[in-house]
Amino acid sequence: MTMTRRDALALAMGGFAVSVLPLPALADATADAIAKFTGGATAGEGGLTLTAPEIAENGNTVPVSVDAPGATEIAIYAPGNPTPDVATFKFGPLAGSQAASIRIRLSKTQDLVAVAKMADGSFVQAKSTVKVTIGGCGG
Amino acid sequence: MKNVKPRVKVPKKASAGEVITIKTLISHPMESGQRKDKDGNVIPREIINRFTCDFNGENVIDVTLDPAVSTNPYIEFDAKVPEAGEFKFTWYDDDGSIYEDSKKIAIG
Repeated sequence: MTMTRRDALALAMGGFAVSVLPLPALADATADAIAKFTGGATAGEGGLTLTAPEIAENGNTVPVSVDAPGATEIAIYAPGNPTPDVATFKFGPLAGSQAASIRIRLSKTQDLVAVAKMADGSFVQAKSTVKVTIGGCGG
Repeated sequence: MKNVKPRVKVPKKASAGEVITIKTLISHPMESGQRKDKDGNVIPREIINRFTCDFNGENVIDVTLDPAVSTNPYIEFDAKVPEAGEFKFTWYDDDGSIYEDSKKIAIG
């Protein structure tokens, strides 16, 4: 069989499509982690505040706080990190407020995601973009 | 050898039912399992994976920590103080070690 220019192009395009396909799997790791937390429920908006700096000079310690009055659990995810899970807070009967602060590592500039489970079983999420100057995951 | 030292800041006194802020810090490398040493070998993961705080046996907060938490994990949260008693703080290490600290609080 002789290879025409058209065939060669089609082959090249096919190869390109295959090589591009696995990329979205990275972003899905976060979606999977969130789905595991929410049990597949869709998260709404509002009622959850995620506070993070706009620019983090050092990705090794980025102060982050979450606040969701009436929540029972709050989880934080960093989709740009090698593993998206960051921390999960479960509030007990003696929690003074449904808020907490923690310092985390971010490997690069990304949109932090927080998901809160409310007392009525619904979920809300909030996002915050953090620009990271020096990544904090070693390497 | 890890030098793990928990540090906790709790007010000495509170009025009954008051909400107080608690700050905790524990010195721990929190090795993420992502870094490599100079020979290119991955340094194994070694982190504190869970932190809990209880007051007189009732839970205040239960935190699951993942490798993305910084070295020397710092956690700040609020607790309600219904009566005089003792806060108990527990950190759980990957290697099975448990680090504990406690702080008494009076009503006044």
